[in-house]
Amino acid sequence: MRTLLTLLVLTLPLSAQSLAVRAKRLYTMAGEPIANGVVLVEGTTIRAVGPAESVDIPAGTRVLEAEVVTPGLVDAHSVVGLAGWLNFDHDQDQLDDSAPIQPELRAIDAYNPREPLIEVVRGYGVTTLHTGHAPGAVITGQTAIFKTRGDTVDEAVVNPFAMVAATLGAGATRSGKKSPGTRSKAVALLRQELLEAQAYAKKHAAPDESAEPGDDDEEGEKKGPPKRDLRKEALASVLAGDVPLLVTVQRAHDIVTALRVAEEFGIRLVLDGGAEAYELIDELRAADVQVILHPTMTRASGENENLSMETAARLHAAGIPLALQAGYESYVPKTRIVLFEAAIAARYGLAFEDALGLITIDAARILGIDDRVGSLEVGKDADLALYDGDPFEYTSHCVGVVIEGEVVSEETR
Amino acid sequence: MPTLALALTLLVTAPPQDTEAVAFVGARILPVEGAELESGTLVVRDGKIEALLEGDAELPADARVVDAADKVIMPGLICTHSHIGGGWGADSSGPMQPDTRILDSINVRAASLQRAQAGGITTVNVMPGSGHLLSGQTLYLKLRDGRTVDDLLIETEDGSIAGGIKMANGTNSQKAPPFPGTRGKAAAIVRQKFIEASEYRNKLARAEGDAEKLPPRDLGLEALVEVLEGKRVVHHHTHRHDDILTVLRLADEFGFRVVLHHVSDGWKVADEIAAAGAPCSIILVDSPGGKLEARDVSFVTGKVMEEAGITVGFHTDDWINDSRLFLRSAGLAVRAGMSREGALRAMTLAGAEMLDLDHRTGSLAAGKDADFIVLDGDPLSVYTQVLETWVDGERVFDRADPEDRLWAVGGWGAGMDSGDLGPCCREIGG
Repeated sequence: MRTLLTLLVLTLPLSAQSLAVRAKRLYTMAGEPIANGVVLVEGTTIRAVGPAESVDIPAGTRVLEAEVVTPGLVDAHSVVGLAGWLNFDHDQDQLDDSAPIQPELRAIDAYNPREPLIEVVRGYGVTTLHTGHAPGAVITGQTAIFKTRGDTVDEAVVNPFAMVAATLGAGATRSGKKSPGTRSKAVALLRQELLEAQAYAKKHAAPDESAEPGDDDEEGEKKGPPKRDLRKEALASVLAGDVPLLVTVQRAHDIVTALRVAEEFGIRLVLDGGAEAYELIDELRAADVQVILHPTMTRASGENENLSMETAARLHAAGIPLALQAGYESYVPKTRIVLFEAAIAARYGLAFEDALGLITIDAARILGIDDRVGSLEVGKDADLALYDGDPFEYTSHCVGVVIEGEVVSEETR
Repeated sequence: MPTLALALTLLVTAPPQDTEAVAFVGARILPVEGAELESGTLVVRDGKIEALLEGDAELPADARVVDAADKVIMPGLICTHSHIGGGWGADSSGPMQPDTRILDSINVRAASLQRAQAGGITTVNVMPGSGHLLSGQTLYLKLRDGRTVDDLLIETEDGSIAGGIKMANGTNSQKAPPFPGTRGKAAAIVRQKFIEASEYRNKLARAEGDAEKLPPRDLGLEALVEVLEGKRVVHHHTHRHDDILTVLRLADEFGFRVVLHHVSDGWKVADEIAAAGAPCSIILVDSPGGKLEARDVSFVTGKVMEEAGITVGFHTDDWINDSRLFLRSAGLAVRAGMSREGALRAMTLAGAEMLDLDHRTGSLAAGKDADFIVLDGDPLSVYTQVLETWVDGERVFDRADPEDRLWAVGGWGAGMDSGDLGPCCREIGG
């Protein structure tokens, strides 16, 4: 018994300050890269970062070493966790096509933290996933942000309601005789829905206190606070600016439509995809829009036929807030890997650190979580990715992943 | 007007008059067959490789010299399985349609062919899809700049058009009758058809050319006779380990030559594949899944097969993978443990072997077709760009040319077929 107590006393302080990671080259994404850098982790957060000589590693601390260490990667838009790898109905929860507009569908009610693809992307260094409902209808549902660990959604979740996912262009229209069958109809439906949500929000903000919820006045107008309507509630959050509208849109003329609608309703727009965004750099800058660019290796067909592998470099050079994404894949491969996408952006004109930024700190800023992730700074979550060489090179490997101080992977991938 | 038409005809049909040699001097040369040259010279003449010279060896007196210092030259890439050109073979009328030729449906002006040139692909096996047990005759093309499909064809020694035949098993070809509903039914349909083809072949043999005794011509059975005689290789889509073994079983029963394609579970049955001597054309995709059969697809397949002694090649399956990024296959295979030498061979010579074209292309050796690419760095690096692609001694892609660059990088107008807009009207985007 006495031995056991001694052990407990010894281990407690160690587990609270449990890990140090040494890198021959440390990319903190908060300043210049550090040669022979160290990240010291205490509990779940970063206690110290700097050149090896400036950081004291307490005796007994577990030390990991790697050629290159970066912040854990942030995938700015994925469907992993809702869309599973097997691609059968039972693991595909990213799109309910029973109606064109369903902002009430929550990502947290569908996210499967044990989905094998989560472990796959984590194996390449992805520690944060912005995921949820896919493109494919005017509004498909909500998105959420998760860490790529945890056995339950509650263990994984960072932000349960990050954005509302919308689609414009050919992706928003439906085949057969279903509505909307045209771009114009899709936008008309969206605007009408937003108008109704505006009215709903207004009534909520200034209800007639004397009335019961749902009471009507003599003209049949609702007097009291309206009955709760999940759909309108979700859109009211968009109209209030609490969450952005994530609009997946590829063609130049459809991007202009997205800007028009966002301006009409004062919505914070995050442009998703943007295959032809390079045609509209001035307009995007004027509208102060953030862009989560399509995977650089997405297929150059259909609405993406005019994509350019240099778009990331061009938008970045223009100062447009930008991040990369794995996106949505309907077939093989079932997901892309943001590490590989950033590598291609670097091949086509982006400097190494700029490309790395698109899958770390820049992505974290667009997602509004840069106070916690995206860079290696004191007080932030201890999320790290370890590589045995240039992370972008085909022949390098991810050799370790740390999430909130826990070593979640040591495999070589 | 007639004069103009005549002049155009002459332009198109006149054989190349240029018999001067071109010498690419000072490049790092990766010939695939034979040792790498740190600084060497590639001499090309009349569409063929004339010589590979080391160091400061003397050049042919008439050679036009191209400075290739800091460049890497390697054989043109061979993609053994692609869907560029938008072609189709079989329709929905039945599960086996060996009479259909993708030759009759290919659009050689498609943007996808331009992109393949930009990716360094010089020879490609263009195939119909995998939704049938047998979806038609495939076509081996040289990616020359051409106006018609005829300009890209490869003629074999006996004067026929080079190509194989596409087969598939597993779930893609399972659907409502007359298609199979189960794997057992699929194999039975294939066996019955091959028995029919064997009987047809016997009738042909017994007729000994006597028109009276010859059976009526049957386009499908004629193609299958070519398969039975080994003239036409079966390119067989297959994923799951048991499906792979079924292909080997049927190939053994009927004696046809087979190349296994995709082979997602191939790492599980590598010894069996090696024992059967079947080459494998594999694909590397970013993540597993997307369909049940591809659940266990892995970057490690190349390494495992190489160690088992299997001939390994790569393919894009374009549009599954973009032809512009085909070289990535080698890099990712090496990441998972395949040898560098094996991976570069898989991009080139191994693919040529699978198409029976290794005597003509796939390596840099004197007398072979001048099919090669010029790179600005190591072929396994993500940062390396294809600068030039040469087919039969003609440059078909030049990254320095704005229109070619549009195909390579993308941008406004890159989705259009070549020739839809002249270079004058095509705004160079990207």
